[in-house]
Amino acid sequence: MEKTFKRCQSLYDVPTHYCPGCGHGIAHRLVAEVVDELKIREKTIGIAPVGCAVVAYDYWNFDCSEAAHGRALAVATAIKRVHPQNIVFTYQGDGDLAAIGTNETIHAANRGENLSVVFINNAVYGMTGGQLAPTTLLGQKTSTSIEGREKKAHGFPLKISEMLALLPGVCYIERVSLESPVEVLKAKRAIKQAFENQINNLGFSLVEILSPCPTYWGLTPKESLDWIRDVMRKEFPLGRIK
Amino acid sequence: MVKAKILISGNEAIAQGAIQAGCSFYAGYPITPQNEIIAYMAKQMPKKGVFIQAESELAAINMVYGASAAGVRAMTSSSSPGISLKQEGISYIAGARLPAVIVNIMRGGPGLGNIAPAQSDYFQATRGGGHGDYHLIVLAPGSVQEAYDLTQLSFDLADKYRIPVMILGDGILGQMMEPVRLSVLGSRCSGKHQVPSTQHLKDWALTGCKGRKPNIVKSFFLREGALEEANLKLQRNYEIIRKKEERFECLFTSDAKVILVAYGTMARIAKSAISQLRSAGKKVGLIRPVSLWPFPQKPFNLKNKNVKYLVLEMSYGQMLEDVKLAVCGRQRIEFLGRSGGGVPNEQQIIDKIRIISEKS
Repeated sequence: MEKTFKRCQSLYDVPTHYCPGCGHGIAHRLVAEVVDELKIREKTIGIAPVGCAVVAYDYWNFDCSEAAHGRALAVATAIKRVHPQNIVFTYQGDGDLAAIGTNETIHAANRGENLSVVFINNAVYGMTGGQLAPTTLLGQKTSTSIEGREKKAHGFPLKISEMLALLPGVCYIERVSLESPVEVLKAKRAIKQAFENQINNLGFSLVEILSPCPTYWGLTPKESLDWIRDVMRKEFPLGRIK
Repeated sequence: MVKAKILISGNEAIAQGAIQAGCSFYAGYPITPQNEIIAYMAKQMPKKGVFIQAESELAAINMVYGASAAGVRAMTSSSSPGISLKQEGISYIAGARLPAVIVNIMRGGPGLGNIAPAQSDYFQATRGGGHGDYHLIVLAPGSVQEAYDLTQLSFDLADKYRIPVMILGDGILGQMMEPVRLSVLGSRCSGKHQVPSTQHLKDWALTGCKGRKPNIVKSFFLREGALEEANLKLQRNYEIIRKKEERFECLFTSDAKVILVAYGTMARIAKSAISQLRSAGKKVGLIRPVSLWPFPQKPFNLKNKNVKYLVLEMSYGQMLEDVKLAVCGRQRIEFLGRSGGGVPNEQQIIDKIRIISEKS
């Protein structure tokens, strides 16, 4: 019988530590599939974030570095400048990329660093126990916005992708979702685009992925996917931003 | 052929020393009084190297982390408030066992302080500075020539021990111009400690996993016992460094009744005072620590009960604690320090020595 689905070479054959219904496992796999398909595993260098995906290097079968919380794009900038022939990407959550690391994010993008960014937006801090994130929706309850995010006290959900799209050094930004198989396939296409842009030396590419966090949304895995489709996408519309 | 000397500032000597040592990555953020370093690196970094003016000190040190993880010799420089910002990255560099060179041309603090020379970051430099159980090798040049030489040496030590090395100077050393011989590595302090200027094999570096298993650069050890194991490896490394990498200069210590202990710019002023006192027949000597971590233990002769030490600092009793630890309460220690831009001058030192000598 023909084998139609197999493990990526870029993924180790190990169980992940992620919660049931978490989007990280899917996102990791999409990155691994893209790396395999582009035949770049032996020259890829990934930067793992601080957050739930900190041990992404336990799952990816290629060179990786940790970075301090928020500093992934500073670390990636240096690695790519030292090894321009390698393929360097960061994998960062919303707190990492759009709160503590906003400065590093904006300036790496503004320098037009030839990097690919996989940006996981799950509207909450997962690893630390479900606190308010820069991307938390208005009204969304978290452990540090117990009555729900309120604009006067907490400000508005930060649309970092739209902000970055204003910068001339940025070549590609797309927002995708993991809410359904159709959207997952689109997400993979976007990640592939971001890596191909780097191969073609086009500059800074970022894919924002709306990703479920059932544990800290207080929803079941299925409800979480529906919440992305019915609620989150209204604040963070899908599609090509730049 | 002996190369002629050229007249350059301490900051320029550090930058040139770095390039001479094969530093091919520099990231920094402007701050006085070390701006000549970033300007020199911008101008002189070889074409194959990388110079980045970062958006912050945080970004700069994390770029150095990345460049070092990628396997090249990398440096950043700053001054006191900027070095505080870099502590996050320095701790990660130490934890990930990456080599790196960090230059701190100290200015007055705390807070924004001022831009006058100071030595008040001694504790921060020698105790690690950031979070966690770690050390940097800390080297304190006392002349522009030594700034050049020690910067070259610092890259070798960083690679050899996979450790961040700090060059700790002050605004006077950074700004002062002196003739320098641009020779290839030759530490002029305590002779025998030279390290061959070879690039160590960096089989841990991130280069893409072609033909080998993936390399991981990290400082996160979640499994029970794993962090303790990693920290013990650090401690074993520090133990070797403590044994092998003490550096110091001794002047007239064999017959001295009063031994001054001072480093960097402060040691130069101490030397001026000593030459005046020696010509007046006073038996005064100097111990000049060149490595501040590891702090030199060897020059302190604990058997000589008649000797007194006078610790001199452009800070209020920081190195004093290391001298106390070295002397273990067996000999008398006096202290003279100023800070916030105040620098003890020769006359103050001479006056202080007179007072000490009159005490029984």
